[in-house]
Amino acid sequence: MSSSTTQRLAGALRPQRGAEPTPGERPPREWWMGVGGIVVAAVAFLITLPPFEVRSIVPSIVLTLVAVGLGAIAARAGHVRVGWGAIVLAIACLAGAYGATQSGVGHLEVVVSWGALCAAMLRYATPLTFAALGGLVSERSGVVNIALEGMMLMGAFFGAYGADKTDSWFLGLVIGVLAGMALAAVHAVWAVTLRSDQIVAGTALNFVALGLTGYLYIDTYGNQGTPDNLPAVPEVHLPTDSLGFIGDAISDLNLLVWLSLIAVVVVWVLVFRTARGLRLRSVGENPRAAETVGIGVYRTRYVAVIISGGLAALGGAFLSIGFVHSFTQNMTAGRGFIALAALIFGRWRPGGLLAATLLFGFSSALAQRLPEFSANLATLFQALPYVLTLIAVAGVVGRSTPPAADGVPYVREGK
Amino acid sequence: MSVTPPAGGGPEGGAAPSSTVASRLSTNLKLGGIIAPLLTVVLAFFVGGLVVLITGHNPFDTYKAIFEGTGLQWLFPWTTGADRTRAAINLQQTLILTTPLILVGLAVAYAFRAGLFNIGGQGQYAVGAIVAVWVGSSFAGMPHLLHVVLTMALATLAGAVWAGIAGLLRAATGANEVITTIMLNYIALWLGFYLFQLHGPLQNDTQPDVPISNDVVPSAKLHVFWGDPELQGLHIGIFIALAAAVVYWVLLNRSTKGYEARAVGFNPEAARYSGIKVGRTYVLVMGTCGGLAGLAGSMDILGWQFHLATNDLQASTIGFLGIAVALLGRNTALGTCLAALLFGALVNGTSVRNLDPAVFDPELAGNLTTIIQGLVILFVSADLLIVWLLTRGRRRRTAPATGGAGETIEVTA
Repeated sequence: MSSSTTQRLAGALRPQRGAEPTPGERPPREWWMGVGGIVVAAVAFLITLPPFEVRSIVPSIVLTLVAVGLGAIAARAGHVRVGWGAIVLAIACLAGAYGATQSGVGHLEVVVSWGALCAAMLRYATPLTFAALGGLVSERSGVVNIALEGMMLMGAFFGAYGADKTDSWFLGLVIGVLAGMALAAVHAVWAVTLRSDQIVAGTALNFVALGLTGYLYIDTYGNQGTPDNLPAVPEVHLPTDSLGFIGDAISDLNLLVWLSLIAVVVVWVLVFRTARGLRLRSVGENPRAAETVGIGVYRTRYVAVIISGGLAALGGAFLSIGFVHSFTQNMTAGRGFIALAALIFGRWRPGGLLAATLLFGFSSALAQRLPEFSANLATLFQALPYVLTLIAVAGVVGRSTPPAADGVPYVREGK
Repeated sequence: MSVTPPAGGGPEGGAAPSSTVASRLSTNLKLGGIIAPLLTVVLAFFVGGLVVLITGHNPFDTYKAIFEGTGLQWLFPWTTGADRTRAAINLQQTLILTTPLILVGLAVAYAFRAGLFNIGGQGQYAVGAIVAVWVGSSFAGMPHLLHVVLTMALATLAGAVWAGIAGLLRAATGANEVITTIMLNYIALWLGFYLFQLHGPLQNDTQPDVPISNDVVPSAKLHVFWGDPELQGLHIGIFIALAAAVVYWVLLNRSTKGYEARAVGFNPEAARYSGIKVGRTYVLVMGTCGGLAGLAGSMDILGWQFHLATNDLQASTIGFLGIAVALLGRNTALGTCLAALLFGALVNGTSVRNLDPAVFDPELAGNLTTIIQGLVILFVSADLLIVWLLTRGRRRRTAPATGGAGETIEVTA
């Protein structure tokens, strides 16, 4: 086993092509044309869907050609990411538009019901958002957290267990979060104090959490499953009838869905706009320098990893007592890894990861409705988030840069 | 930065006569001794036993019942009569499970030696199994030996290609293989669901209501040499796995490719500087690993499963167990085989078929196996701690002595 494994998770993803405008610098015209290409490509698909339902493919072809042209201009000017993004998206959208014009209007309206689709997107995105935020806090402090999956699972089981035993969804959430933090504390001991390979330790904790929650679930509930009257996190009803499909989407969302969106803002403010957050990030970028100016590297990392566990567990608890209203073995089913992917996709920034989790959530929501067209196709569609992540990590669409000291164990001075 | 090279790769310090228990222990560790892995296992089983105890079961009865299900008592000469017959059947099952575990263990171990973490054993195993069931259930008229070899070769190739994607991405773009192999695991899983689900392209021809593949035809089945072929006797795959372990040893310790892999694992920059093509090594290593895992998939399909259901794909954890097998076996050939036997026995002893529900619920036991698997990996990764504590203790004691410096294990730098 090589400890360089973890260091490379950080090192391997550094950007090579610097064709992207940095914040503060005014993006040139070609870049905007690439963005325009992306918008036009999306429009080419959208016009064939409800409520517009253009039944001819010709307008879409015209728009696609425009989008490809704009993308090519951007790509030629050196904006590879945006340019090729527009071209690839345009081709994908044309395929989608063709599919839409070929299928019956009735089918289309069942599958593409924007209000329901958006509500489902938000629901599917919520566990990912919480977990990815947890990953952000941990990795910004320099600890790779591949155990997000296990922490979610702890939250899911202990959330349900706690809600059942205390008969209160709130206490259930608290117990779930504490359980996730407990697992995270173990990860912190291994990653920070023992300076283990963080990926190996994280992998180990995923198995421990999987076995432990499965064991306790069978031992407590046997084959009956969790009780039907499990206290559930309430939904928030909003009088939003006047807002069209957006109103439909947000009128009956779970409290935790809203909380996840608030959490994105809170994490952004705390990590990127406060002195405390600056300290956290400095530990993740250059722990030696941070220690020199008096920041406790170990302490910061411990706190960050434990908070990370709490956030991931909240995502897991949403699954069990906010979404499905029961617990089953291995119910997270890889969502922790998708969250990790969203974090990379979103370039270790709260806004970016929210966009990624919404994208993954949308693809899940669509996959759930696609059997209307073709069950086989829907199954393949489920693999989309993983393929997208593969492409993103490979840097075809552009690189992500993790914090510089991500995954590097820190040895205190004089030890 | 802390590095403990895997067994055998450690600094070749002289084993000077040692005075303290700690120093003797650390010398053993340095020589790739068996103490650390044994301690790891004991500790993992102890903590697992605590979980059993806390939840109100008797850990001793539990472990005894699990052991009886493994069939390992067949090795004891005092097991006779009906007990011996039953033990033989159980041992056959244990060895059937050991077979793929050796192969996926090697698949993870070789990657570790090259400094890569192959979490993708599961996906590579699945792709191998999918191809094996496809080829094995086609070509009904083919000669036996040809069909078996062709199926195994294509499954190996499929696994190699699957892992090769991760290796290629690593070499070409620097994409981290941990992330890419995890993603490839899920893609392989969904691919399998797609192929074998109702109305899927490779779904069973005669049973349209079951999400399962066609059955492997007799000409592609592996020969059963111990036990009743009708009752899942032991197939010759175990010898193929053991042969793979020997090949692994030779590859790693006696070949240029293996030397390059180890050199890259030890320090990629130094390897590059000395003229080794690091990127190509990554691709070759990952390809080899994937081939081993793909072969493991074909062993299970041709040896005893004979078909693949979507449920099988979902429930399979062989590839993930490979991580624990490799780490516990310290990435050596012999260690991997022994660790595979341990986990094969554990999985078999906790199976529904072999564990008496009156003593301990097999479903609980299955989860107990997962806990122990996780704890083994966890404690192996903390193995640094043990070495560090031991050497620190020794350094303090031997600080005045001047000769001690040469044999301290490099843990901190």
